[in-house]
Amino acid sequence: MPKFLQRLHWLDYVILVVIAVFITAISLRIGGALNYNWRWDRIPNYILRWKESEGKWVANLLLQGLVTTIRVSIYAGILAVILGTALGMARCAKNLTIRLLARTYLEFLRNIPPVVIMFIFFFFLSEQLIVALNIESWARGIARQENNGMWEFFFGDMRRFPSLISGVIVLALFESAFVGEIVRAGIQSVPLGQREAARSIGMSGLQEMRYIVLPQAMKKVTPPMANQFITLVKDSSIISLISVQELTFKTVELVASTRMIFEAWIVTAGFYFIICFGLSLLFRRLER
Amino acid sequence: MPEAEPIISAVEIDKFFGTFQALKNVNLTVDQGERVVICGPSGSGKSTLIRCFNGLENHDAGQLVVDGIDVHADSKEIRALRQDVGMVFQQFNLFPHLTVLENLTIGPIKVRKISKVEAEERARKYLNRVHIPEQADKYPAQLSGGQQQRVAIARSLCMETRVMLFDEPTSALDPEMINEVLDVMVELANSGMTMVCVTHEMGFARKIADKMVFMEAGEIVEVAPPEKFFTKPDSARCRAFLDQILEH
Repeated sequence: MPKFLQRLHWLDYVILVVIAVFITAISLRIGGALNYNWRWDRIPNYILRWKESEGKWVANLLLQGLVTTIRVSIYAGILAVILGTALGMARCAKNLTIRLLARTYLEFLRNIPPVVIMFIFFFFLSEQLIVALNIESWARGIARQENNGMWEFFFGDMRRFPSLISGVIVLALFESAFVGEIVRAGIQSVPLGQREAARSIGMSGLQEMRYIVLPQAMKKVTPPMANQFITLVKDSSIISLISVQELTFKTVELVASTRMIFEAWIVTAGFYFIICFGLSLLFRRLER
Repeated sequence: MPEAEPIISAVEIDKFFGTFQALKNVNLTVDQGERVVICGPSGSGKSTLIRCFNGLENHDAGQLVVDGIDVHADSKEIRALRQDVGMVFQQFNLFPHLTVLENLTIGPIKVRKISKVEAEERARKYLNRVHIPEQADKYPAQLSGGQQQRVAIARSLCMETRVMLFDEPTSALDPEMINEVLDVMVELANSGMTMVCVTHEMGFARKIADKMVFMEAGEIVEVAPPEKFFTKPDSARCRAFLDQILEH
């Protein structure tokens, strides 16, 4: 008998049995009532597909979406940490105007639903910034080039670059507010004596931040920061609403064309779970 | 003896925390090479005064000139001043994320802009002077309180400052570690370093001080050379204070 089984009390067994009975009853009921035709066998094909014409395996909808979700999360995560650190520093600034601006930004982002923020920012980004910087034609130019493997590796299909970059920026802006609060808490957790010691050897405000305060603050905020990054991965699903072709978007597409509602969404849920749970295991290890 | 400019000159300094007046009309000069010990009951403004000397606190009235720089000026000048005025804190305030050696070299490298090699050489020299050369690669948390405070002293020394301010450097230490720190400070005093110490260690004060200062309730009550200060101080309040702490 394995050791963990010996640690279970008879009452634990009762609870486990009750739960098992409950789940079985529910699933039998659903099975009878829904009359759903499960087609799990077709799912792998939407992850990896054998392409006859080229004679190799290629990523299909779900895997394409997963890759885009990972890309978006990484870029938005990096950007959010940069913006958030600046924001956190601004929240602790001596200058009142800077503090108020940072506070205003934060309160706006924190008290408006992410989807609403996203639509507002997206309108500005796609209609103004992307157009003003001429990103669309620039990306198309690269998409037409022969040797764009490097670009494709980092950003996927370059024709979709404008929408990808809008999604990344929107997500990063939104998450930066929370990262900023985490950084602020970290900065404020560094004892005043540390800052006085830094100043008394003649450091400037920036040097004090960079060499003394931030290194200590960042160490302390690693756990909440990791948590925020996991939240970011999950939040990335909302940019499907502005047509960034990430996992959720692709799943919607797949469901619309095949009606495999449960299979597709369960697989997608599994993908998100694996990324996020994997990340939390990774961060737990890093903390040690 | 030629009359040199005093390195610290405080004239009629006032300092308020809200409505509480921490310093009242304080006048004090410290000459080059002089060792000044400030004592007095807690809350008497001793720490506030020396924190004004390197601009960690700003005084509200009066004139304070340190190392030729008018302290009240813009921050650039304050930074120049701090490079020449070292400070040792009660709570050591070593940087916990850096090794001892990095604690000692970060100032010289980042502020004084000397090379890493030179900074490390200098750091080892001063670690020798505070008698802990073997601790260079440890982190502050691995050291005893007395060792940490000696590292803090070495950190100030590495900046090769002209004055060192000590803000109750032994008050946070266990009794058995006080002497190792005081010994280092005595050696420092004997080497000719200009020092301003806030301390309750009267034996140490007697040994090194050129000038004793007694403060109470934000005012300087008595300034005297140690031989007079410890035997027949002018003010009754100073005598009462000394009686209290010298009793044991």
